[in-house]
Amino acid sequence: MLTRLLCLAALVSALASFAVVADESADPLRSPLWSGMKARFFDADARVVFDERVRVTMPADAEDSLNVPVEVSAEGFTHIERMVVFADLNPIPKILEFEPGSARPWLAFRFKVEQATPVRAAVLDGDGTWHVGGAWISAAGGGCTMPSVAAGSPLWQERIGEVAARLWPREDGSSRLRFRVIHPMDTGLAAGIPVFYLEDLAVVGDDGSMLARLALYEPVSENPVISMDLPGNGPVRLQGRDTQGNAVSAQVAP
Amino acid sequence: MSCGCLIAMILRCALVLTVALAAPAHSSELSGLPGEPRELAEGVWLFEGKREHFSRDNGGNIVNTGFIVTDAGVVVFDAGPSLRYGRAQRESIRRVTGQDVVRVYISHAHPDHFLGSGAYDDVPVLALPTTAATIRDEGEALTANLYLLIGGAMAGTRPQVPRTLDVEETELDIGGRHLRLLALDGHSDGDLALFDLRSGTLFAGDLVFFERAATTPNADIERWLAALANLDELPYKTLVPGHGPAVLGDEAIAQTRDYLGWLRQTLTDAAERGLEMNEVMRAALPEQFRRLAVFQAEWARSVSHLYPAIELRTLPVR
Repeated sequence: MLTRLLCLAALVSALASFAVVADESADPLRSPLWSGMKARFFDADARVVFDERVRVTMPADAEDSLNVPVEVSAEGFTHIERMVVFADLNPIPKILEFEPGSARPWLAFRFKVEQATPVRAAVLDGDGTWHVGGAWISAAGGGCTMPSVAAGSPLWQERIGEVAARLWPREDGSSRLRFRVIHPMDTGLAAGIPVFYLEDLAVVGDDGSMLARLALYEPVSENPVISMDLPGNGPVRLQGRDTQGNAVSAQVAP
Repeated sequence: MSCGCLIAMILRCALVLTVALAAPAHSSELSGLPGEPRELAEGVWLFEGKREHFSRDNGGNIVNTGFIVTDAGVVVFDAGPSLRYGRAQRESIRRVTGQDVVRVYISHAHPDHFLGSGAYDDVPVLALPTTAATIRDEGEALTANLYLLIGGAMAGTRPQVPRTLDVEETELDIGGRHLRLLALDGHSDGDLALFDLRSGTLFAGDLVFFERAATTPNADIERWLAALANLDELPYKTLVPGHGPAVLGDEAIAQTRDYLGWLRQTLTDAAERGLEMNEVMRAALPEQFRRLAVFQAEWARSVSHLYPAIELRTLPVR
């Protein structure tokens, strides 16, 4: 009898974990700051649900707190307006916003972590509902309050905005885009170094159409390295600017 | 109740009682102490560490340290991860040899190798210039990080900056014992190896790992492979790796060389395919290396350490 009850309980909890959970108190990551994050990132009357289709993948431990690799994916949605990625317990929680446009709803980047924290992706679908997924990263800390390497060296000023990039055409007709932009991405939290970061990046097709767009924030790692999957395999243009109006512009051919 | 059931119940009670009695004795035992030293050759001894990651249970006793007995006192190679370890190491040496330590060599600036040197503040502690500089600049941060990982076993441990040993390669005579020091790098930016000519014992430090995946937080794989080629030319009979069992042949150097070569090739191939770091960490890995202790964790760490530089080679400036 007891065994049967336990089986039933296991079944119920398994079903619950697959279903969309609408109750905010059931934050699957049990973050102490979830209600604060909810108030900060979503309108008071917005519908916010936890959804297992939204996946955040990271190593369990931050080996380098200045460069935690994060992979975000949100497959199975008919339309995605945009995606917001944030870390509840970082001094600056918001990491980036991604409008996948015609790109695959998948993004990889690295960020600076200050202490162990949930990292979440929130996906706004076409009906105005936010779908949230995430994972914990454990970290010894210090990523956001350490000065950038560039802040201690004059060299970066000559190369700021320099883009290194490549397109990998795929057999299915899509392309993997990977790029690195030279930028200190200063958070403003290290003593004597003001906030200074790359804030806007767009990937534009050969015909001038917007393929995908990124808004970056302070926690993105210095010299950001970003990966995304684009439709087609023609050349693209990267264009953007930082918080002081310096432009970034580069042509990437496969 | 059947007889069998009763016996089973008595056995279970006995088991519970045994565990209950054993538990307090176990928890009062100090973690992080070196085990008993083992004599590898006449006057050459090894304290072998566990093939594990740092944990509160092992208290940092995951590293090999050793010593060589001379007519002028004992020479120590690496002081272990903590003040507690260093003191116990020194006490063990006194007990086993009836002599005190006259000199300590620190192989490199990783915390499991140098933080025990606080037990030797009345003895010359020597290291390569890069090692001394790293301990001076980053010793506090490395110590704080190890506190987080192993906790109480670190009590009283402070980083001590060693004296600088300014040599390329030097032969020494200490108390009638000929020792050769080799200044190499690649595992970190300064890796000292010690070769005892009389017994043919090579203390390779972390340039060599055996049956335990290599760590790469400050590695330069090209230089590391060059250092291994250097070590391989020595006429050694016994090799003591930084982690893992001592060996008589060249299998430890060969295994480290194969592992580093595989690591470099696998990461280069992944970068050439346009993979990002989490995708690389998920890759299927060969059985040859999966059987090494702590391989899965070291693989993920090595991707973090090495991939950023390797992937940049696949991204041309636009």
